[in-house]
Amino acid sequence: MSYLLNPQVIIDQIINGLTIGGIYALIALGYTLVYGILFMINFAHGEIFMFGSFGGFAALTYFVNSGFSDTHPGLSIVAAFLAAMVVSAILGALLERIAYRPLRNAPRLAPLISAIGASIFLQNVMMLIIKARMQVYPDIIQEEFLEFGWFSISYFQLFIISGSVLLMVGLYLFIQKTKTGKAMRAVAEDRDAASLMGIDVNRIILITFVIGSALAAAAGVMVGIYYTQIDHMMGFIPGIKAFTAAVLGGIGNVPGAMLGGYFLGLAEAFGVLFMPAEYKDVIAFGLLVLVLIFRPSGILGEVVSERA
Amino acid sequence: MMNTKKIYLPIVVLFLLLLPPMVGNYWTQVLGNIGIYVMLGIGLNVVVGFAGLLDLGYVAFYAIGAYGYALLASPHFGIHIPFWVMLPGCVALAAGGGALLGIPVLRMRGDYLAIVTLGFGEIIRILLNNLDPLTNGPRGLLRIDAPAMGNFVVNSPFRWYYLIFAGIIFSAFVADRLNNSRIGRAWIAMREDQDAAAVMGINILKYKLLAFTIGASFAGIGGAIFAARQGSIFPENFSLMVSINVLCLIIIGGMGSIPGVILGAVILIGLPEILRGVHQYRMLAFGGLLVAMMIFRPTGFIPSARRKMELRE
Amino acid sequence: MTILLQTKGLSKRFGGLTALNNIDLALESCVILGLIGPNGAGKTTLFNCLTGVYPIDGGDIIFGNRSIRGLKSHVTTSLGIARTFQNIRLFGNMTALENILVGQHCRMKAGVWGAIAMNRSTLKEEKKAFGKADELLNFVGLNDQGDTLAKNLPYGDQRRLEIARALAVKPRLLLLDEPTAGMNPRETAELTGFIEQIRTELELSILLIEHDMRVVMGISDRVTVLDYGVKIAEGSPEEVRKNPKVIEAYLGRLGTMMGKRAVTA
Repeated sequence: MSYLLNPQVIIDQIINGLTIGGIYALIALGYTLVYGILFMINFAHGEIFMFGSFGGFAALTYFVNSGFSDTHPGLSIVAAFLAAMVVSAILGALLERIAYRPLRNAPRLAPLISAIGASIFLQNVMMLIIKARMQVYPDIIQEEFLEFGWFSISYFQLFIISGSVLLMVGLYLFIQKTKTGKAMRAVAEDRDAASLMGIDVNRIILITFVIGSALAAAAGVMVGIYYTQIDHMMGFIPGIKAFTAAVLGGIGNVPGAMLGGYFLGLAEAFGVLFMPAEYKDVIAFGLLVLVLIFRPSGILGEVVSERA
Repeated sequence: MMNTKKIYLPIVVLFLLLLPPMVGNYWTQVLGNIGIYVMLGIGLNVVVGFAGLLDLGYVAFYAIGAYGYALLASPHFGIHIPFWVMLPGCVALAAGGGALLGIPVLRMRGDYLAIVTLGFGEIIRILLNNLDPLTNGPRGLLRIDAPAMGNFVVNSPFRWYYLIFAGIIFSAFVADRLNNSRIGRAWIAMREDQDAAAVMGINILKYKLLAFTIGASFAGIGGAIFAARQGSIFPENFSLMVSINVLCLIIIGGMGSIPGVILGAVILIGLPEILRGVHQYRMLAFGGLLVAMMIFRPTGFIPSARRKMELRE
Repeated sequence: MTILLQTKGLSKRFGGLTALNNIDLALESCVILGLIGPNGAGKTTLFNCLTGVYPIDGGDIIFGNRSIRGLKSHVTTSLGIARTFQNIRLFGNMTALENILVGQHCRMKAGVWGAIAMNRSTLKEEKKAFGKADELLNFVGLNDQGDTLAKNLPYGDQRRLEIARALAVKPRLLLLDEPTAGMNPRETAELTGFIEQIRTELELSILLIEHDMRVVMGISDRVTVLDYGVKIAEGSPEEVRKNPKVIEAYLGRLGTMMGKRAVTA
């Protein structure tokens, strides 16, 4: 265990943790935003993330084949992100409209089961599209490392860490400053009252799904760039983990989801120092169970209390 | 209601008993597969349909039953405890697992419960995959003993069919009796309005735990039968899809009703056999069907008729 | 007369809000105590504290001769406290009869084995429970509605079924939360008579939250008034009616200006 005292190992794990934590946080925001308003778990959120990843994949592949990425690598990546976010945003809106809205006043199990159905459906759509074969993200930029004395950080990691922070800051400003953001908060606080105040609740819910989906898509492209291999089942585990992150931070609580994401990322990064890598997933689930038992409202607390 | 049931039940049972010779080996095998899912469905129905607890990790208890039997009735450790002895053992193991998970998590509200149980199911699968010395990891457990009574070994699809059939009758009987009792009423009340049920004197935690452990023990039986029938089991047999399949078959069939569970299992497990050609679209259709079902027919094809007891005549 | 229920300095807070502050209450056997107060005075909160729905933050609750502070709902119920809800909370998808059977839950014993085996004692118990349920249906005048799903009953019948369900608990203390809410004058008069009948025939104590002053003043032996979580008055209906604090609480300054006529009107 002497390597635990090695600062290089510690810093490496912090960087790894922040990278993956940022990704978890971006996905977790989608869960939290939707939960904050509808009190439902969007079980298909992992699939939206997966579709985003494939959206980015399709765009990047196109740019590579057309030679555009050779001349404009930076622009290609930005465009891929945008493409991914558009794909997921549309999908998220469709999902809300078709699978969830008709069930808004149904018993609580109904939307959850509908979500499971949508999740299976989307997985299989993608499986048919890619013929169940794993796809490899094209590398547009070479993975290089920035050396800082006794530690180093890869471009990808730097890019993911800063990109996720940027998106989260953007989201935070959007929710706090814009009119739509304020309407979102109002709907989360009290849907009926917001409606009486003239807020178009259906529109706000749709926007919430769109925003959450776009953030998940960004995370999907990041995962594609970072891990290079993607397939139709890739949404499941990150989806569950991001949900864990949302619960860790206090579901419905936006800063909580961000904090929860980083917390989980770091916990996993340091967890692998103590146990075999195969058990990495057990850490997340174990944490989830522990948090729900001992602090069911999460680290920062839920924004919305339980309905009677 | 009760009277029509009295007339039809023996006819249906008789028909099912005579079915295997009519359809031959292959379809008897398929019916066996369906039968195991019917048992799982009846068990999960107690948890989801009766008590209203969404358990997405039901496969964990199925796995506990299967590995419990396989470890103690195979060359892996060289232990060969007879099937009939292990059957109650597997029930106890699975029920114990249910209690162990249930005690901490049943305080949670519904959707948290769903996610935690789902996580638990995955943890069990990961453990089966990685606890090599105990479970032999992904290589699985092989040459598991078949049930035997003296020289009579349950080793053909026909014999298995009847064994599973007996298992289903037993499970259905137990579930039906529970449903029509003080306990069943407490479950329904709890599902309808938990706070009001508590104020009417129902110990919520106790009845949730009861539903959870009883459901788990049915899965334990199913698991032991599965292991003995397959002869070899692997961690991949116990993926999340099993939980989802079982959940979906009770929803499609009609939550809370046992005929519904049977119909659901036939549709879900049997239909793909019939439609082998379009196999690849099966799950796609299935996902879409679930959504459509929730929107257009949330009670399933055969919703449970809330029937009165014979006592009242 | 023996005291059945007593609260001593009972307090309940929600975050910074004190919903109940130092409430002292005593209720004798076979007495109807009216509990009145403006909206948000803490009446239903008091019910929730008495039935273990909310844990209390201070003071004590004595029922019979023991403290029931901190006991869960199902325990307080089995000790003999039953209640109805302000917004009817029947088990909608169960029949009227089944609702009453659920009410008898804590008076029955059958466990898992009994249910599966349906042995003689379980059968006997079930038979008895069904008989008792029919009896209660008759008592509340729902004789032929036993097989109707609770959610399909007319509003007034639902209110009465809820009372029948509470009576199935065999309570010593019955808490009724606005039993006549939403009823027309005829139904209200009927129900008022019925509450009287329950008290005399079943010999139990009733704690009654009610907004209809005619009902409260008509059947209560005593009346307690809450306002902002504090007990501001107590006494016979006549005394309470004349209490200036009560008038003020109900009508604000306007009430005091207009004099006592406002409440009696």
